[in-house]
Amino acid sequence: MRAPVSHLPLVATQLRYAAGGVAILHGLDLAIEAGPPLVILGPNGAGKSVLLRLLHGLIVPTGGNVTWSGEPGRPRGAMVFQRPVMLRRSVLANAAYPLKLAGQPRAARHAAAMAALDRVGLAGLATRAARRLSGGEQQRLALARAEATGPEVVFLDEPCASLDPAAARAVEAIIAGIAGRGAKVVMTTHDLAQARRLAGEIAFLHRGRLLEQAPAATFFSAPSTPEAAAFLRGELLA
Amino acid sequence: MIRRILILLIMLLPAMPLQAQERSITIASTTSTEQSGLFGHILPEFARATGIAVRVVALGTGQALDVGRRGDADVVFVHDRAAELRFLADGFATRRDHVMFNDFVLVGPAADPAGIDGLRDTVEALRRIAAAGAPFVSRGDRSGTHAAELRLWQQAGIDPAAGRGAWYREIGQGMGPALNTSAAQGAYVLTDRGTWLSFRNRQELRILVEGDARLFNQYGVMLVNPQRHPHVKAADGQRFIDWILSEAGQRSIAGYRINGEQLFFPNATQPEPVS
Amino acid sequence: MSDLSLAFDAALTLVATGDETLSRIILLSLQVSISAVLVAALVGLPLGALLAVARFPGRHGIIITLNALMGLPPVVAGLVIYLLLSRSGPLGSLGLLFTPGAMVIAQALLIAPILAALSRQVLEGLWEEYAEQLRSFGAGTWRAVPTLLWDGRFALLTVLLAGFGRASAEVGAVMIVGGNIEGFTRVMTTAIALETSKGDLPLALALGLVLMAIVLAVNAAAQVARDAAVRRAG
Repeated sequence: MRAPVSHLPLVATQLRYAAGGVAILHGLDLAIEAGPPLVILGPNGAGKSVLLRLLHGLIVPTGGNVTWSGEPGRPRGAMVFQRPVMLRRSVLANAAYPLKLAGQPRAARHAAAMAALDRVGLAGLATRAARRLSGGEQQRLALARAEATGPEVVFLDEPCASLDPAAARAVEAIIAGIAGRGAKVVMTTHDLAQARRLAGEIAFLHRGRLLEQAPAATFFSAPSTPEAAAFLRGELLA
Repeated sequence: MIRRILILLIMLLPAMPLQAQERSITIASTTSTEQSGLFGHILPEFARATGIAVRVVALGTGQALDVGRRGDADVVFVHDRAAELRFLADGFATRRDHVMFNDFVLVGPAADPAGIDGLRDTVEALRRIAAAGAPFVSRGDRSGTHAAELRLWQQAGIDPAAGRGAWYREIGQGMGPALNTSAAQGAYVLTDRGTWLSFRNRQELRILVEGDARLFNQYGVMLVNPQRHPHVKAADGQRFIDWILSEAGQRSIAGYRINGEQLFFPNATQPEPVS
Repeated sequence: MSDLSLAFDAALTLVATGDETLSRIILLSLQVSISAVLVAALVGLPLGALLAVARFPGRHGIIITLNALMGLPPVVAGLVIYLLLSRSGPLGSLGLLFTPGAMVIAQALLIAPILAALSRQVLEGLWEEYAEQLRSFGAGTWRAVPTLLWDGRFALLTVLLAGFGRASAEVGAVMIVGGNIEGFTRVMTTAIALETSKGDLPLALALGLVLMAIVLAVNAAAQVARDAAVRRAG
């Protein structure tokens, strides 16, 4: 499923972004290598979602650039939004949609979509209307849909934000599976416990700046900035 | 479900005669012949005799002649001698034949505010209507009936346009709408007898003046000149003209009656009376 | 109102006796209006979707033009088609004037702007919801159009019904380009106009009632189909 040629590292250089005259990111440098999940942490309004969209190529930076293995090419990877849009179609058609865009023939894309659904435990609901699924099932479908094309990088924006604990555990297991097949997971979360469970590496964002990028163990045991330390103590809210 | 409905819709369509397969001609004619039911009576006989279906577009005479001028009909069958002769002179037809006649009648409200009931002299009746300022509905649509009406005003020495906005009401529509309007407004109106006989919404309207030689209404038929419009179905169109002028066609016209009353009087075999 | 009860009686009699002339007129009305909706949808819906997703110079002008064309008087549409299809007009060689085909073209011209303008409004809302997700999938403007058309299908059905309603209620244009030829181009509305001008108001009203019943039936059938599909597809 993996693309034979790797497009990593994904490198952001002096990345700036402003919307409506308000600066959200102020010149951010970040390099993402293959490996265990990178979790982007930070208080509300730190610019985490904007950073994910810039890396994914959904929005164009005001300054700086994003390169994939040194080239400024087209947007890559797949993204699961905080509130994924369910197409008004069946579960199977949703999972198969990105493959359809990729021009895969019907039989092949249905087989691949079924396999992706099977990995998230939704194979039994394949013919159901996607919009009739529960919140947790919709999030799992969004993950399967992102996985259907076997992307090298999967961006996840607060994947468990509005889920109950059981559904969140199921989603975490799926994320672990994505990392397990060798894809790079880049996700944001506000849930420190989840970050401890999933992260191999942490990027800490505060007020539009990257304050720390470190292996998870290092970050949680010995944060190098007072802001990160305050955040870990639950004291830094904005 | 949506797919099933789409299939149903698509199945409906092939039945559609987008282009007619049958042998047919198009006749531009007047509302008086169509709405009086004359065509419904004579065309099936023609179709039985020749296998040619006739499609009638019923308009005012002026519009019917326009349709012929543009080449959108094969035959014109109308009732305005002066306009027909112009059509002929302009080369849109090479020959005109007179077919039949009926007559106009002046109808109006039973109350008869202008006091014209029983007159034989239409011109005098119009003078009285104008003098009384009684409402009069005019077709105002360049139809044969409109042309006849304007001729009668001229003979009366009255310019009805002076009554516009007051008692003279030009509606620019067919005979039926003119009768409907007159019935609603209690107005006088000139109508051909055929439409009057088949008209249902008379309310207080009744015939007040009839039998005047000036109310004579002659119908003529012309084949649209195939030299001007090469696609004209000249052979089949001519067959219709030959048939309507023949004894069979003339007999068919004479045989059409409403409540025992004959509506049109064939006169192809006699010299055309010119009023 | 005795005229009204006469009309109801006449309508019931017409339907009960299965009058053959009437059923031919009804069938032709449905064929013409449904064909017109299909033809107009082929142009109007993709145009509406494109206007919903794409931003290009002149877009605003097109939208304003479409909104204005929604008010196009049927008689004007009829005249334009008449002059185009007349033997003396540029498309005269097709021989379409005074045929059902000409009526389909005239009605399609009338309702295509309605379908385009309404579908743009409907799909703009959907596009707001879908835009980021579809871009994330790598779908460009051209791929977004069919996706929006399919995912907006339930709302678009209502748009199509609005077009069908206008098409089947229309009399001015089909009268001019069809000629109201008995047994060939006479449809419900022109038959109603004819009976009105013959002064047979009860029969005209009866035909009007039948027409309303048909339009009601088509709408009800579409609604039932829509509801069933919504239950299945969400």
